Formats: sequence, C-alpha cells, structure tokens
Amino acid sequence: MTTTQPETAVGAAADYLDQRTGIAGAVKEFARKVFPDHWSFLLGEIALYSFVVLLISGGFLTMFFVPSMGFTTYPEDSLPVTMQGVEMSEAFASTLHMSFEVRGGLLMRQIHHWAALLFMASIVTHMMRVFFTGAFRKPRELNWLVGFTLMILGLLAGFSGYSLPDDVLSGNGLRIADGVAKSIPVIGAFASYMLFGGEFPGEHIIPRLFTVHILLVPALILAFVGIHLLMVVLHKHTQYPGGGRSSKNVVGFPLFPVYVAKAGGFFFIVFGVLALMGATLSINNVWNYGPYDPSPVSAGAQPDWYMLFLEGGLRLMPGWEWVIGGFTIPINILVPGVVIPGLLFTFLALYPFIEARVTQDKSEHHVLDRPRNVPVRTALGVAFLTAFVILVLAGSNDLIATHFEMSINTITWIFRVAFFVAPVFAFMVTKRLCLALQRKDRELVLHGHEAARLVRFESGEVIEVHKPLSDQERWLRVNYQAHAPLVIEPGEDARGVRRRGYAADKRWQALSRFFYEDRIEPVTPAEIANTHGAHTAVEQSDDAPQIGH
Amino acid sequence: MSTHDKNTELERSDVPAAFEDPGLPEHRYRMGDTDPAANKRSERQVVVLFAISVLGAVGALVAYFALPLGSDPMSVRWATLGLGLGLALSLLGIGTGAVHWAKTLMSDHEVTEKRKPISSDQATRDAAVQALVDGARDSAIARRGVLKGAVLSALAIFPLTIAVPLIGSVGGDWNISKFRHTVWRKGRRLAIDPSGRPIKASDVTVGSVFHVIPDGMRDEEHWMEEKAKAVVLLVRLDERDLKGDQSPSGETWSYDGIVAYSKICTHVGCPVALYEQQTHHLLCPCHQSTFDIADGAKVVFGPANRPLPQLPITVDAEGYLVAQDDFAEPIGPSFWERLK
Repeated sequence: MTTTQPETAVGAAADYLDQRTGIAGAVKEFARKVFPDHWSFLLGEIALYSFVVLLISGGFLTMFFVPSMGFTTYPEDSLPVTMQGVEMSEAFASTLHMSFEVRGGLLMRQIHHWAALLFMASIVTHMMRVFFTGAFRKPRELNWLVGFTLMILGLLAGFSGYSLPDDVLSGNGLRIADGVAKSIPVIGAFASYMLFGGEFPGEHIIPRLFTVHILLVPALILAFVGIHLLMVVLHKHTQYPGGGRSSKNVVGFPLFPVYVAKAGGFFFIVFGVLALMGATLSINNVWNYGPYDPSPVSAGAQPDWYMLFLEGGLRLMPGWEWVIGGFTIPINILVPGVVIPGLLFTFLALYPFIEARVTQDKSEHHVLDRPRNVPVRTALGVAFLTAFVILVLAGSNDLIATHFEMSINTITWIFRVAFFVAPVFAFMVTKRLCLALQRKDRELVLHGHEAARLVRFESGEVIEVHKPLSDQERWLRVNYQAHAPLVIEPGEDARGVRRRGYAADKRWQALSRFFYEDRIEPVTPAEIANTHGAHTAVEQSDDAPQIGH
Repeated sequence: MSTHDKNTELERSDVPAAFEDPGLPEHRYRMGDTDPAANKRSERQVVVLFAISVLGAVGALVAYFALPLGSDPMSVRWATLGLGLGLALSLLGIGTGAVHWAKTLMSDHEVTEKRKPISSDQATRDAAVQALVDGARDSAIARRGVLKGAVLSALAIFPLTIAVPLIGSVGGDWNISKFRHTVWRKGRRLAIDPSGRPIKASDVTVGSVFHVIPDGMRDEEHWMEEKAKAVVLLVRLDERDLKGDQSPSGETWSYDGIVAYSKICTHVGCPVALYEQQTHHLLCPCHQSTFDIADGAKVVFGPANRPLPQLPITVDAEGYLVAQDDFAEPIGPSFWERLK
C-alpha cells in the first residue's frame, strides 16, 4: 500500500494517528455530514450542553462536598453568622463551607442548580418538539424510548442531587419520599428501610444518594446520551417540510465547518447564559433554611419545578384509604405517587407504537409533520400538557393562595375538577383549531392570497382579486398525507367461519377512527383546475392576478 | 400524495394527479456575499467577540485575586459576581463569535445528501443469520440439553452471592416494628424543642402553641430517628372550645384544656406546623392537610385520611407536663401492616 509522505507537522500527526486507528475513514464519512437547520433542533442541544455544564460544575463541587450525615458543629469563625455554632451534618456543613469559604464555590453551586433546572426544561421541550412534529415515527421509535429513559434519569439525577445538602427543605422532601415508599402495598415498610438503611432519617441516605447522584445516574445518562446521538447519526436528522426536502434526502449544512462552529458556539452560549445566571441569580440558599431537623418545616416550600407535578398530585388527592383484611392501602398516596405518574409516563413511552398501529404506516418518515396536519396527535399532546400543567400549578396551590388571596380549599377543588375537565376541553379545542388551520390552508391553496383589490365589472359584479400562492407556499400546504381510519378484514370468511383476532382488530379500528375520522385532505391539482375553470375568462397569464370567490 | 386516482372527474388530461416538488427555494445571498466591505465588517465583529472573551477570562482571573472572601457576607457576593460575570463573558464571547462566524462568513449554500435505507439488504441479513447458525452449530449447544441447563443455572444463581448479602444489610436490621413505638413513656416529661427545657402546665397559657420533644431526647442512642417520630405539638385551648379528643371513655388524655398531638402528618410525614388560633386548625404546609385540634385532630381538609395520633398527657407532682403512655397507634404515614 502506498501513501503520500506527509510534509507538514499536522500531516505527520494525522498520518501517525491514521496508521494506528484508520481514522481517515471516519473523518471522510462524518466531516461533511449534512444536518438540517431549525431553531427547534437546538432544544435537544441545550439538554446535551447543560448536561456537560452539570458534569463540569458537579466535578468542582465533589472536591469540597462531604457526603456524610455525621454530626459536627459549624465553626464560630466561618460565614454565615447565623450558622456559627449550630449542630449540623457534615454534608450541610460542607455545603456551607463550599459556598462561603471556597472561591467560586457558590458560583459553581448556583450554576449547577440552574443547569439542572435547564437540563430538565430542555429535555421536556425537546420531547414536545419531537412529539408534535411526529419525529418519533419509524425509524425513530426506539430513539424515542432512549430519550424517554433519559428524561426519567434526569428526574432521578435532579431529586438525588437536590437532597444532598441535607437542609430542612430537602430533608422534608426525603421524608415525603419515605412516606410514598411506605405506601407501597406489602413491601412498603421494607422499601423504606431499604432506602434509609433502617428508620428515617438514619445516617445512610446522604452517602447513598451521593453515589446515585455522582456515579450511577450520570454514568447511565452518559451511556444513553451516547446511544441517543449514535441513533441520530444513524438515522440522519429529520427535516421540516419544504421544497426540495423529502424522505429520501437531507438538506442542510455540513458538520465541518458549519455545525462545528454553530453547535460548538452554542455550547459556549448555553454555558455562558448559565454562568450569568449563576453569577447574578441566587438559588437554593440553604443557610436560610438551616440544617435538617425532623421538627421544623417552612411554609410555602416548593420542590424544583420538574417535581412539582408529583407534589401537585399529592396535594389534590382526597384523603382516601382502604383497609382490606386488616391491611392498609393508602389510596391517597398510591394514586398520585404511583398510578398517575405511571399512566402519564406509560402514555408517553407507548405513544409512537400506538400511533403506528392505528395508522398502519410502515414507511420511513424523515420529513416532519406540521402539527395541524395530525389534529388528534396534536390535541392529545396538548391535553397531556394541560394535565401536567394543572398538576404543576396544584403543586404551588399554597403560593397561589397567598399571592392571590384566595382560599386554598377553593383552589384545590378547582384543580381537582380541572384535572379531569381541562384536558378534555383542551383536546377538543386543539383538534378544532388544527382542522380549522387545515381548512385555511386549503382555502389559500385553492384561491390564493387576498390582494386587497376590488374589481367591478361592467355588469356591476364586484369581485376581490386574489394572488396565487408561489410554488413554495403551495407545496408546504399540499405536501402531507391525511391518514384514513383502518380498514379491517371482515369477521367471517366466505364460508361463515369466524376469524381469530377479529375482536382485537375491531378495537384497533375504533381507536383508529378516533384518530382519523375527522380529516382534511390536501388540495389536489385537479381541484385547483376546477376552481380555475370557472374563471378562465378572466385569467390572462401566470403573473396576472387570479380571481377567486 | 402517492395515490393515483384514475377515475378523476376531470376531463382535462394535462392536470397531474399530484403536485410536484418545486425543489429548493432560490438561494438568498447575504450582504457579505456580494459586498466585500460587509464581509470585512463581519470578520471584524467576530474578532471583537473573541477579544471580548479573552477580556472576560482575564477579568475573571483579576476578580479571583482582587475579590477575596472575607468575614463580610458581601465579599462572597462580590466575589461570586465578579468571577461569574468574567466567566460568562469569556464563554459568551466564544459562543457568539463562533456562531456569528458561521452565519456570516462560512458558506451558507445548502447541501443535499441522499438518505440510504436504514435496514440492511437481504444478502447481508442472510449472511448474518448464517453466521449465527454456524456459530450455534460450532458451539454444539443445540444438541446438549444438560449443558444448556448447566450454563443457564450457573449464570442465574451466581448473582445471589452478591444480592443476598446486599439485601441482608441494605435495610439495617429490617426490624420494621420500630415504626410502632416512640420513646414516649409513662411519666416522661414534655420539653420544649429545641432547648429541651421541661414544660410546666402553668407555663401554657390559653391559645399558646409549643413544639415539644421528650425530655432527655439527646441522650437516646438514635435520637435523630427517635425525634423524627416523637415530635409533638402542644396547644392549650379554652376548655369550652374543646369538643373532644381521642381518649376512650373513662380516661382523659388532655390536661386542663392542654392537648398534645403528633406533629408528623398522617399523609406522607411532613411536620404539621402551621396553627391557626382562631379556628384551632392545624395545617400541614407540604400538602395542606388540615386537622381540627379542638376536635380530636380530625381531618377537615386535604389528602390526609386519619387524625394525628394524640399523646396522652397529665402532670407530675412538680407540675410538669408528662406523658401518660406512648401513642396508642403508629404515628406518621400509613403502611401495609399498620393495623396488624
């Protein structure tokens, strides 16, 4: 094998590397790989970058944090003054120490906390983008599941980290976790002992959560992020619909140099904004709450935002409890703590598979849907978000009560009703809006833009002049498929023998009807030709205004 | 779009069945593509942004040395602000510089790349299946049932050697009966949390609220766990307001209008700490369960199901409030075998 002799230093280094790794093949393959451009594709990037910021700032914090529940007395000569001589755990003392005695420690703590909030926020909005544009469709269903797992891991990472400082607020959060664990039928009491290494609070939970927070969960997140990105490369990114973009191609800019600069630059922007937040916006000032003690609690306490929906569920649930055969089943904790999140998460995880089944769609999709073109999916997504938002608001019902001077009981009752009614209402409104937008699109394609010009004929008839859509405008509005409900084989064959699986098919068909009964078909060229036919007399040439009704 | 409707109602044969993709929109040139001066200006802007980054980093280092942490809390704020702004500036300079560079100076001609089908072709699939079939044959596992069973059993059983010791110890002594008891005993004095000073009945005026721990709490071996169960809220009501408590008939668990209830919410275990004197309602700040102290701590609102357990109290010879006994039922949230 003959290769050219490298002449420059860089060439020599590349030659050295390639002879040992064969990396030139990968560079050839990936350097000019094309990625499409859209602002909504940045949401996932924000998640990735805030995770990197979490690793960097978290690494800093581990140098000073002491994951111990051993008792200590805070030194008399250390800030803050209010904590001098106070008894506390080593974990809490080291959190104070890194905030007040380590230069940059408070900055890193605040960056870390803000990055955690942003991490979850960007994951959730990224999931919304993927959901509403149908990016989860074949071949990306598995990657949806990987992303779903990352969201769950993010929740775990957040909760375990939030509890580490061992302050009053997070300690009460752990106590709630203990109460939820105890509510599990049969094994609840043992689950609580397993978490805390004995009775609550014990002295094991902080070291255990520390290991979960800095080793187990981040390692899993890292692994799943790897799979997530690998699959993105494998599938090539989806693209929004438009001229020249199809399921057979990908239109965008090359990785090198455009995305190296844009995505790389965006990492620094995300980090920079988080640094700005860490520098100027104080967060989780644990010294104001004090070290954990099982007795005090502060009013108006809120968990971090991504935990609010669980908290809201706990607050809304009426106080029901069953006793069956002498055994206690706390419905008031099981339903909001286990059943509701279970249902919400199961819906999220399974949605791509359900939609594929009722659509009977086996083809690959690389062009995103406009949300209006799949009304029931969009409406289901909005209904889901509505339920989520109501739970989040319910998690802050005490703050709503104090800020708006309303009765907490009234607010709770409003949310109890809204949790069931509002999602249904949101579903119906959204579906109607989507259908209306589709009709508007049809109207535009058939008759063009209103040109704000009236023409009166000699006969006295007055018409408004319409300007036809450009090819690009039209293509965006006609290039979609309006799925129809499933057609299933009859229940009996020609000889009257009942077919197995007919009942199941029938159920799927019913669900499919729910999805696709109401639909707006895209305009066909024939329809336009018909519309024009009525007005050929006025039509002059292509660029003359087209006349509509 | 793929359906070809042959029975079209139209007679015009020149109408296509579907619209045609108009192809990529016309490329729009940026100002810098046509105007060398604009291009030069963009380049200068990028340079300035990177220069700002360097200044920010230098500023952060200056802040590190110039703003030490002192004994004044304000010094912590200034140091955090100085270091943080420098860091933010250095990061944002790089970020905006790189993005501006990409948007104004790098080629913005869209490139179209073909997608390949995700699945492998049939030949590759066949070869893959063949490779597995060959491997299975070479391993000779298919014909040897005992061998298969032995391998699976060994793999299934060995994790127990790790799991059993772990499960054995991860829950401490696994003695869940501890949930049923607290350190309250007959004659144990009620003391103020956190000072530990015993409370005389005469100290408790009508309407006042005391956060209570058992006297000598800190001498307990596992005082933190014991405190988590034993904390009590003590209130003195006007005896005319006291509708009832939890004491069975023939006994009195309150003393002279003074009642003591567990402070641990029967919902999920938050300390119930917000007392409203007017209504005698006790509100849990976590999930807003509301208990009526004047009426046996019954639940009047919220997600809790059961009243807060009452601590039976009386006074000793010296006039100090003391417990008559432990709580009659487990305190705190419900669990499966609570009533067993």
